Amino acid sequence: MGSQDETLATPDLGARSVWRPGAWLLILLPVAVLVAMVVLFLAKGEVLVGKSPIPPDALLKIEFERVVFRPGEIIATVRNTGPDAVTIAQVTVNEALWQYAVSPGTSLTRMQQGLVTIPYPWEAGDPVEVKLITSNGLVFTKKVDIAAETPRPSVKALGAFALLGIYVGVVPVYLGFLWFPFLRRVRERWFHFFLSLTAGLLIFLGVDALKEALEAAGKVPGAFKGVGIILIGVSVGLLGLMAVGERTMGRARAGAPGGERLALAYLIAAGIGLHNLGEGLAIGAAYALGNIALGTFLIVGFTIHNTTEGLGVVAPVARDGVRLRHLLLMGLLAGGPTVLGTWIGGFTYSAVWSVLFLALGAGAIFQVVYELIKLMVRDAREAAGTVANFVGLIVGLGIMYLTGLLVQL
Amino acid sequence: MSGLSRRQFLRWGLPAGLGLAGAAAAATGKEAAAPMPPGMAHPNPTQYTGARPVPTERQAPDAMDPMQILTAFDYGKVTRSSNGGVQREYTVTAFDLEIEVAKGVKFPAWTFNGTVPGPTIRCTEGDRLIIHFRNEGAHPHSIHLHGIHPANMDGVFEIVPPGGRYDYELTADPFGLFLYHCHVMPLKKHIHKGLYGAFIVDPKTPRPPAKELVMVMNGFDTDLDGKNEFYAVNGIANYFADHPIPLQVGEPVRVYLVNILEFDLINSFHLHGNVFTLFRTGTSLTSSEITDTVMLCQGERCVLEFTYHHPGRFMFHAHQSEFAELGWMGMFDVRPPARTA
Repeated sequence: MGSQDETLATPDLGARSVWRPGAWLLILLPVAVLVAMVVLFLAKGEVLVGKSPIPPDALLKIEFERVVFRPGEIIATVRNTGPDAVTIAQVTVNEALWQYAVSPGTSLTRMQQGLVTIPYPWEAGDPVEVKLITSNGLVFTKKVDIAAETPRPSVKALGAFALLGIYVGVVPVYLGFLWFPFLRRVRERWFHFFLSLTAGLLIFLGVDALKEALEAAGKVPGAFKGVGIILIGVSVGLLGLMAVGERTMGRARAGAPGGERLALAYLIAAGIGLHNLGEGLAIGAAYALGNIALGTFLIVGFTIHNTTEGLGVVAPVARDGVRLRHLLLMGLLAGGPTVLGTWIGGFTYSAVWSVLFLALGAGAIFQVVYELIKLMVRDAREAAGTVANFVGLIVGLGIMYLTGLLVQL
Repeated sequence: MSGLSRRQFLRWGLPAGLGLAGAAAAATGKEAAAPMPPGMAHPNPTQYTGARPVPTERQAPDAMDPMQILTAFDYGKVTRSSNGGVQREYTVTAFDLEIEVAKGVKFPAWTFNGTVPGPTIRCTEGDRLIIHFRNEGAHPHSIHLHGIHPANMDGVFEIVPPGGRYDYELTADPFGLFLYHCHVMPLKKHIHKGLYGAFIVDPKTPRPPAKELVMVMNGFDTDLDGKNEFYAVNGIANYFADHPIPLQVGEPVRVYLVNILEFDLINSFHLHGNVFTLFRTGTSLTSSEITDTVMLCQGERCVLEFTYHHPGRFMFHAHQSEFAELGWMGMFDVRPPARTA
């Protein structure tokens, strides 16, 4: 105990003394008390907090994570997100009691996942409503508006999704790069106009990604705390890219002139790439889940919408010129993840991953906007608040808004 | 297999074990009749407003047996009344009980004598009836009988509190197929929780002999959203699809059909491979119709008579496909005439 007193009495002790054996006890003390409290509550909780007036059976909960359609078969991935074990006793499909099997078993413990397989002659294009009835008569419902066979990973399906990703992600970015020769010719003032336009584009993308993430968070089983995932995703995206940015930008600043702007272009490409990963995920999932008929109109819409992303990537390097190699790489960095996203979303859709990737993208984009504005301010020697910049930003937002009207998942 | 859809075939392929083994001992008439106050003096139910009785360990049937309800009739304890007529005494006790309403699905029911539907009360036109009602449930209840009787025997105003009793006294009139149910508000709740049963008043000259079956069409709203999850006859969804009712070719069959389905506006009965002679409400011995499908509103009843001409499995079900596929479906297993056996 003597060492404890000493520690408490002398707060200015060196860092080394904190790690003495007695100090370890101090670290463990709160943990030990916490463990004791948890054990006590688990054992005697009803005595300590009183019995809830709500019958515990009424709070049972099952949530649907995914519904897969195979020929003559519906497979639902469900999770027990309630406070207690739950037993699936009956299953109906479109208001008819139906045969089913649950793996690993009809009883699911808290947070346990189950696979409900229902042999059912569903019709493509029809709505399908699956109800799980628990042993105490509660009903949990999943309605799929348009049933469609879930694509299975095959060379053909991978190819189809890759093509989808290339159309909506890769091609538009390179298309945007075609503005590069034009950007090369604009004067200094206009150069800043395009930089702020890029900032506008990116801010819109970031907010959009955040909105998508929040929407997807609503589909995540409550126990996973979707908003918490967003917070983690945004933070990791933001701080991760910041760490990368500090290193590359710093090193570039020390190197050749224009290197800093090239590094920024890469950062923007990376941020947009992360965003496109989330977007690809959403597109792939929507396509696979049968929630949308991904018509040509929608693909055209995404292509137009995303073309502006290419403009954003190359704007910082317009004054310096850039090697073709860099352009190709940046295009791949910004657009490539869309393909990856459509694969993930199409074959193994999970709302949790959707939320995480969308949030990562949002965080990364906000970080890029910060770097962009920092560069503009330094470049313009603090006089960045010009009318041209303001108009550029608004035009950037406006372009995204208008082209965004073409894509409604 | 010709008449079978794949789905029906799959259904029948289900393991037969519904977990219903064990005879369900309906509590009909197991209790001694309470001392009857003389004449029409009935105990004032309000005097029983004491605390809810301590729920005794009920040796209730651990599984209801719709097959038992199908053929069990409670004729009461028969004595001679003062004027020489037949007097029948019944004991009906209301209590709360968790029952299985579909394979694996439990429902916290309110029951008469531990089953849903309750016992089928049967008597003959002109009999003096005394129904000793005890409320051992957690809520106030009553017995409202259909038919002719005095106002204070109607089970509407004389609400019996938990722990209370009431003796219903009436003369069975007229003959026909009736029903009884709790009439305490909210009515929807008290009915859908299971407080109902069939009430048969036979004509003085009995109907011709036949295999007699009681079918009370009901439903269960297990998640309490005002819509039925399950539809059934005699209490368990799909019970008679999994346990076909044995019949013989040429055997006269009489079905006492009662509709007490809550929430849905109508219900119906459709017989496969046959037609039936219909006696609406059973109050006349003259048939109103020969048909294969009859539609009933809540509270409506009818008596059906038929004889199978061909052996095999014949379905009967609600001709609302939705009800049929949510449990209101059954089978007759019609066996050939017993020539050799």
